[in-house]
Amino acid sequence: MVEEEGFRRYVAHVILWIGIAIVAFPVYIAIVASTQDNALIANGQMSLLPGGHFFEVYYQTIFVGTSGSTREPVANMMLNSLIMAILIAVGKIAISIISAYGIVYFRFPFRMPIFWIIFITLMLPVEVRIYPTYKIVADLHMLDSYAGLSLPLIASATATLLFRQFFMTVPDELLEASRIDGAGPLRFFWDTLLPLSRTNMAALFVILFILGWNQYLWPLLITTRDDMQTIQVGIRKMITTSDALTEWPVVMATAVLAMLPPVFVVVVMQKLFVRGLVETEK
Amino acid sequence: MQKQAIFQSRLLPFALVAPQLAIVLIFFYWPALQAAIQSFLLQDAFGLSTSFVWFDNYQELFNEPAYFEAIVRTFFFSFAIAVSSLSLALLLAVMADKPLRGGALYRTLLIWPYAVAPPVVGVLWIFMLHPSLGVISRYLRAAGIDWNPLLDGNQAATLVILAAAWKQVSYNFLFFLAGLQAIPKSVMEAAAIDGARPMRRFWTVTFPLLSPTIFFLLVINIVYAFFDTFGIIDTMTRGGPGKATETLVYKVYSDGLLGGNLGSSAAQSVILMVIVIVLTGIQFRFVERKVTY
Repeated sequence: MVEEEGFRRYVAHVILWIGIAIVAFPVYIAIVASTQDNALIANGQMSLLPGGHFFEVYYQTIFVGTSGSTREPVANMMLNSLIMAILIAVGKIAISIISAYGIVYFRFPFRMPIFWIIFITLMLPVEVRIYPTYKIVADLHMLDSYAGLSLPLIASATATLLFRQFFMTVPDELLEASRIDGAGPLRFFWDTLLPLSRTNMAALFVILFILGWNQYLWPLLITTRDDMQTIQVGIRKMITTSDALTEWPVVMATAVLAMLPPVFVVVVMQKLFVRGLVETEK
Repeated sequence: MQKQAIFQSRLLPFALVAPQLAIVLIFFYWPALQAAIQSFLLQDAFGLSTSFVWFDNYQELFNEPAYFEAIVRTFFFSFAIAVSSLSLALLLAVMADKPLRGGALYRTLLIWPYAVAPPVVGVLWIFMLHPSLGVISRYLRAAGIDWNPLLDGNQAATLVILAAAWKQVSYNFLFFLAGLQAIPKSVMEAAAIDGARPMRRFWTVTFPLLSPTIFFLLVINIVYAFFDTFGIIDTMTRGGPGKATETLVYKVYSDGLLGGNLGSSAAQSVILMVIVIVLTGIQFRFVERKVTY
């Protein structure tokens, strides 16, 4: 019996490592390809071991970009992605937490209808309203701007629901106490509720940052200028030209750079990430 | 459910909900309404006049074989992606649920693909399986398979499914692991004392107890396959070859991009909205049950 347990554990280790290998293999290939010579890759003779062009390829990718199709330094694309991701994450958290506060702590006409109006946006992902939304953003002259990249995505039914649920669990005594101390609604929000919401906000930020960084369809539609491209859009343009001209080491280096920030966030802030993921799906 | 202790103020609550309400009305409801209205209109070739045509746009859409094929294809992709990534994730989660040395490390090494953006997933996979330069294609060719996903529709579809499933394993794994850890150890011990072998214990005890998680993940995976595969498809096959990897969302995008038929594109958007409403509805019904349970 004991021996059998040991054997089963051994099998579990083996299966897990095979799973990890399957998961990691495409990324390993990308990293290896980003250190090799393009001619070798284009001939279909890529080595499965790292090559010697690491610094050269990454220097070119970050500061120069591809010499053919995009010519935009990837550093600039990453900056655009970073600004967009932070605007989306912070914006969603900010407008959701105040609207949840309004809905939970006040009675006012149309309170529930407003809640439902926000809630139903869950059913209107950007993919189902692509062109009309594009038209509105164009009419507002927000194409090729950070506002255009972030504002239309900033509403969040999930975040509002999450904060609403959390506020419902906050004991009423806290409000009574701060009222006795003479605090008004804004004071209570700022001094009591916000500090209590810190962990929720952090967990949400991790998820929303990844979500923002990984946006693709929307930036693809509304950015036309090369210097407003995000990294996800830029990488697609790099492989637009005919295969023979694609600079694969640069493309793969860009892929690696595109993965780095969100993967870093997941690995380093794993506890918050898991918490955020589980809470937002509830 | 309402709070007992509240503040009195007439204007403040409106100011608090105003920003979110403004965004939602301008960028969500207005465009959705536009799409709905547009789907009943027909514009002439020069965009000079529009006329109200009732359900003509919808009727035309359903008479178009390409649209019907896109529906079938999207459901098939969803099914294939969900089944393959769910089963691999469940296997890995069951293994990782055992008290193993290095358990935390395994979890870290399996969840990070969640953070990889769909277009990057597409780039990674087309590079590995590119007909002329892919490292895996070499072996496929050596094995006598005529591998060319850029020309062969079925191979392109396989590639999209594999890449999409690869990304989703991490998410499913995480939720399965959480589901498994929520199963009381006493239940498993009781089954073991009754003499149930591990395999039997899994199918008669673990699997039924996991069924809420499985159902929840199934819905999430279908939504994922409907919407998030756009980036994967766009960097990998652009809906081709022919229309072999054109999903419903991709079709809205490419039909609209070519300009032309606004009414049809709007009708497609409305149909997608209905699909999302149904899926979200199913998800929420289920979530409510989970809460009471």
